Amino acid sequence: MSVLVYIDSINGVAKNAQEAVFYGSKIAAEHGMETIVVTAGNSDNDTLSALGQYGAKKVIAHNNIELDSQQLTKLVTDVAKENNSSVVIFSQDLTGKAVAPRVAIRLEAGFVSGAIALPSNDFTVKVNAFSGKAYCNMKINSATRVISVSPNSLQPEAGEGTAEVQAESCDLGASRIIVKNKVEQTGEIALPEAELVVSAGRGLKGPENWGIVEDLAKALGAATACSRPVGDAGWRPHHEHVGQTGVAIRPNLYIAAGISGAIQHLAGVNQSKVIVVINTDPEAPFFKAADYGIVGDAFEVLPRLTAAVKAANL
Amino acid sequence: MKILVCISKSPDTTSKIGFTDNNTKFDVAGIQYIINPYDEWYALVKGIELKEANGGSVTTITVGTAADEPTIRKALAIGADEAVRIDAEATDAYFVAMQISEYAKDKAFDLILLGKETISYNGAQVGGMVAELLDTPYVSLASKLELNGTTASITREAKGGDELVEGNLPLVISAAKGMAEQRIPNMRGIMAARSKPLNVVAAVAVDALTSTVNFEMPAPKSGVKMIDPNNMDELVALLHNEEKVI
Repeated sequence: MSVLVYIDSINGVAKNAQEAVFYGSKIAAEHGMETIVVTAGNSDNDTLSALGQYGAKKVIAHNNIELDSQQLTKLVTDVAKENNSSVVIFSQDLTGKAVAPRVAIRLEAGFVSGAIALPSNDFTVKVNAFSGKAYCNMKINSATRVISVSPNSLQPEAGEGTAEVQAESCDLGASRIIVKNKVEQTGEIALPEAELVVSAGRGLKGPENWGIVEDLAKALGAATACSRPVGDAGWRPHHEHVGQTGVAIRPNLYIAAGISGAIQHLAGVNQSKVIVVINTDPEAPFFKAADYGIVGDAFEVLPRLTAAVKAANL
Repeated sequence: MKILVCISKSPDTTSKIGFTDNNTKFDVAGIQYIINPYDEWYALVKGIELKEANGGSVTTITVGTAADEPTIRKALAIGADEAVRIDAEATDAYFVAMQISEYAKDKAFDLILLGKETISYNGAQVGGMVAELLDTPYVSLASKLELNGTTASITREAKGGDELVEGNLPLVISAAKGMAEQRIPNMRGIMAARSKPLNVVAAVAVDALTSTVNFEMPAPKSGVKMIDPNNMDELVALLHNEEKVI
C-alpha cells in the first residue's frame, strides 16, 4: 500500500507542491505506508530527488509539460494501480482542479477537495464551507481516497533524505486539448497559491497609482490583488480580482489598501491568517474583519510601510 | 447546438450561517438561496449567448428538491429554454456528477457548461467528474470561449496568466470571471419562464463515497489592533515577531 502524490514540476517544484508531498508523507507515516510522487514537467533529477526532504521515497517523473487533463488522469491512475495506492493527494491548484476529480472517478474513490488540515485517522477531512464562514468535516467512506490540499494549509518542514527518481515514458495517448498560445512565465507570484498578498481597491483612485502597491508587493515578495470594482473598471487584470466572484484566497498575510470590505470581498479573503487593513474611513466595515488596522491615506501609508519593510531587512 | 448548463444553489452571501442537530445539519431557516454566481453569471449567460449566435437550445440541470424551483425558474427567466430537476437532495459532488452524467449520456450535448466552483465549498469537483464519466475533454477556469464550427477556442487560467487552447466538441467547460456578464431577467423573461418546461426526473442510486460528519464555526477574531499610520516599523515588527508571517 502507498500514498501517491501528484505534483507539477514545470521549471522547478513550487511551494504548494512541496506542501502536497509533505501532506501525503504525514498520512503515509500515520498509516505505515510509503510516499510515492508522480509528476509531469521538465525539472532535473536533483530537483525531484530533493523531494525526499518532504518524505517522498520514490519520484516517478514524466518529462512532458503539455499533458491535458485526460492524459494526466491516465498517468496518475496507472501509477496508482501499479503501486497499490490507497490514498492519492493533489494540491488544489490549477492542475489539481482539472485532474483530481477525474482521477477520483476512475479509481472509484471518495474525493474531498480543498483540505485545510491533515485528515483524522479515519479520513475525516476539514474543508472551508459557506464562503469561508464555517468549516465542514467530511469523511471519505471508500477504500481508495483522493484528497486535494488547499495551498498554505500547512507549513512543509524539510527533513533529511533523497528520493529515488524513476523516469516514466508510458504512452498516454494524444492530447485532445491543444495549447495554442502559452502564457509567458513571468516569474510573478501566482495569486491563488501566494503566501503574501497586497491588494488595493477604489481608494487608489486610478490604475496609474498602482506603483505604490507593486513596490510593497515587491519588497515583501507578495502577489498583487484587487477588489471587484477595480477589476471591472479594467484598472487591473481580471485574474487579480479576489472576492466572491473572482478568486478565493487564503494567504498567510493579506494587506488591503483602500478597500472598504464589502461582504462579497470578505468571502474571498476571510480565510487569510493575518489581515491588515489600511483605509481613510475609520468606519470601513473591513476593520471588523482585520487583525491590524491603520486609519490613514494609502498614498502615504503604503510607501511608509514599504520603507519599513526594506529597513527591517527581513 | 445543444447546450447543457449545470446550475446549483448557494446561500446568499449576506446569509447568517448556523447549524442544528449538534452541528451536523445546515440550518436552512431564514436562508435566502441564489443561483451559484459562477453558474449563473458566467456559465448560463455564456450558454445563452452561444445559442443566440448559433441557434440551438439551452437546457439547465439542477440536482435538488421542489424547494429549489424558484432558483430554477430564475435561470429560465434569464433565457434558458428548458430546465431539468433531478429530484433529490444533493449530498456530495460525486452524487451530483453521477446524476448529471446519467441524464446527459444519451442526449448528445455539444457543450456542458458550469461555474468553476460553488461559492459555498469552492470545491471545483463536479465539472471534472462529469467530464470523466462522459469520457469528454474538460477545460477548467475558462474566461473566454469562441466557437468556429465544432472547434472551440478557449482562454483559460494558467500559471502566471492566461493561455489559449483549442478542442473539438463535445466539451465540458467550467466558467470563471470574464466569460460573460450578469444578465438581470426582465419582465418578459419572468413571464415566459412560467410556461417553459421544467421536467422532474427521478434520481439514480449512488454510493455515498463521502459524508458530512459535522460543521464548525471559526474561532472569533480577537479584535482589530489599531496601528499609528506614522509607525509602520511597529507593524513590520508585529508581522515579523508576533505573527511570523513575514
